[in-house]
Amino acid sequence: MSEPTTQTLVMGAVAYAPKVVTIWEGFKAFFAQHGLSFDYVLYSNYERQVDAQFDGSIHLAWNSPLAWVRAHRIAASRGLDVQAIAMRDTDCDLRSVIVVKADSPLQQLADLRGKTLGVGAIDSPQATLIPLDHLRQAGLVGGRDFTVRRFDVLGGKHGDHIGGERDAAKALMAGEVDACCLIDGNHLAFGLDGTLPSGSTRVLARTGLYDHCNFTTSPGAPAELIARFTSLLLAMRWDDPQVRPLLELEGLREWRVGRTSGYELLARGVDDEQFYSADGRILPVDYRY
Amino acid sequence: MAASSPLTIDIEALGLDQGALLLLRRALARVPLGGELRVIGRAPEWDLHLAAWCRSVGHAVRFETTGSGAVASAVLTRNVQAEGRWRDAQHTGHAQLSPGQMPAAEASAGWGLAARGAQVEAGSPPFDFALRQRDELWAASAGELYRQAAAAQWDPETAVDWQAEFSLAPELEAAVVQVMTYLIENENAALLVPARYLGQIHPHYREVMQLLALQCADEARHVEVFTRRATLRGAEPGLSTAGSQASLQTLFGVPDFSIASFLLAVLGEGSFVNLLNFLHEHAPDPVTRQIARLAARDEARHVAFGMAHLEHRLAAQPEFRDSLRNAVEQRYDALANTTGLNEEVFDSLVVIASGSLTPAAVARGHQAVSRLQADMATGRRARLTRLGFANEEAERLAALHTRNFM
Repeated sequence: MSEPTTQTLVMGAVAYAPKVVTIWEGFKAFFAQHGLSFDYVLYSNYERQVDAQFDGSIHLAWNSPLAWVRAHRIAASRGLDVQAIAMRDTDCDLRSVIVVKADSPLQQLADLRGKTLGVGAIDSPQATLIPLDHLRQAGLVGGRDFTVRRFDVLGGKHGDHIGGERDAAKALMAGEVDACCLIDGNHLAFGLDGTLPSGSTRVLARTGLYDHCNFTTSPGAPAELIARFTSLLLAMRWDDPQVRPLLELEGLREWRVGRTSGYELLARGVDDEQFYSADGRILPVDYRY
Repeated sequence: MAASSPLTIDIEALGLDQGALLLLRRALARVPLGGELRVIGRAPEWDLHLAAWCRSVGHAVRFETTGSGAVASAVLTRNVQAEGRWRDAQHTGHAQLSPGQMPAAEASAGWGLAARGAQVEAGSPPFDFALRQRDELWAASAGELYRQAAAAQWDPETAVDWQAEFSLAPELEAAVVQVMTYLIENENAALLVPARYLGQIHPHYREVMQLLALQCADEARHVEVFTRRATLRGAEPGLSTAGSQASLQTLFGVPDFSIASFLLAVLGEGSFVNLLNFLHEHAPDPVTRQIARLAARDEARHVAFGMAHLEHRLAAQPEFRDSLRNAVEQRYDALANTTGLNEEVFDSLVVIASGSLTPAAVARGHQAVSRLQADMATGRRARLTRLGFANEEAERLAALHTRNFM
């Protein structure tokens, strides 16, 4: 792949849904209006996108938290530098929950022993890796102490697709699993849309707080273009009617300066579940993306 | 569920997925941007859901705990952009027009489908309504005509005595069937031509939109009752000629709503009122007389709207009269090589007015149809005069109108 020109900032994004094209076409036009030449490349999965960050194809990437962990590990192992420069307000301080039916005999985490837990996609931070880490911290290891049933939707998308969580929630209601894992916002959303009728479930446990996506720079990304990109991003206002549709599609009210303090739970889960090696190699043999 | 102070709300045991979000939104609306709201609750997971919801809509939140570590309350800081959606919202006039008041001269594409009078979020998607200039479609009496039309709707099933007893000679029944066949194809045009414009009208001009919708409904009923009368004695509809259809086809090629209203309503349906009154007077059976009377009343309203619209447009744009003149002349030229009213229809009208085929009766019938044609021309001339055409020109243009009546 040829080296992108330094005049145009090239960003990678994962096409987890058709709206991704609308979003980045909109941002491309917005940046062009403000004098920044910007283009984007779509990848079908985060693994290929992170690889591209290290072969010179893209200057930065809109990364899932798991993709950030991998990019950070690869960079560190090669003595390179990647940075999380910006994120959505909605990426900060998320929490996942382990949910049982309201009338379930399960009262505490230890009661999950010998039971079946529904999780999301194999690569979902919020519905798989972080909840499994939470259980491991409580002394319960998936596959040893309880059965893990994966609701694998769109591998390689790192859980961006809500389908896995919804399938797990439906399986809970159908009695196919004893508990399931969801992000906090989806527990509320499923209550509102009737997937999990209000009052039909009980939260068995809450994980700690963690962060979600960020814009990750590639090693050697052009600093001036990155700085211009970041300042334009942070100046976007939700009450600007030109910008608001883009922010609503991408699911945020405002962009924030990136932080990396919220990825510790995930990094620990990645190690414990042996998802990536310390140098960012992909470990699960059954991971399809 | 009472708020104990302006800045505190107790949602009690109501979950956020059970309606508490509504209470939160109402309470936050009373808090200044950047101000705080204290929330007390005790539903299971209310704090978990509150944190997730606040994150999704941009309100900061912090939780206060009791000595035992349980969440006692939450303090929300209202997002400073929480009302941003309504910044630069578009004003769209007033829902109800007072006497003499008019809607906007031009309706913004961005107002879209919003109710007239509503506040429309800036950045709403534009709708490509071709008719969004007031003068191109408005009529001062549109609202009043709509109310009249709504009050005058009738049910074909009950408004007509379909069981009325009558027996017609075969040639009279055949004449009625042929006239019904002709009426149906004309009503098809009278429905579809305005319908094509209806879909292009900006809803800001709701009175016109609503009136045209009822006009289409009127024509749908006419198609229904004329079809039902045509087939009442077991016959299929009769003959349809190329010339008659060519005349109607010219109405579909008109690129302007005002000109279409002029040709269809002022000249065409105006003539049709005469024809329907003729049928009401001469038809040999009570069913035909009833449906002719009902349809004539509807058509008179359509003519009234066409006239009112053209009066509005010509008051705003007197030079538009030239376009009307040209339209009549162009249509005349386009139809110069067609036969006009087909002889089957003409003869059927004579038979209907005659009542029988004796020479004396036919003489009476023929005279009646000639009088009908003269009445139509007189009516057209009078309407053209009312639209400001000089007497001589009104007479000339009235005579150029299609011989097919519509």
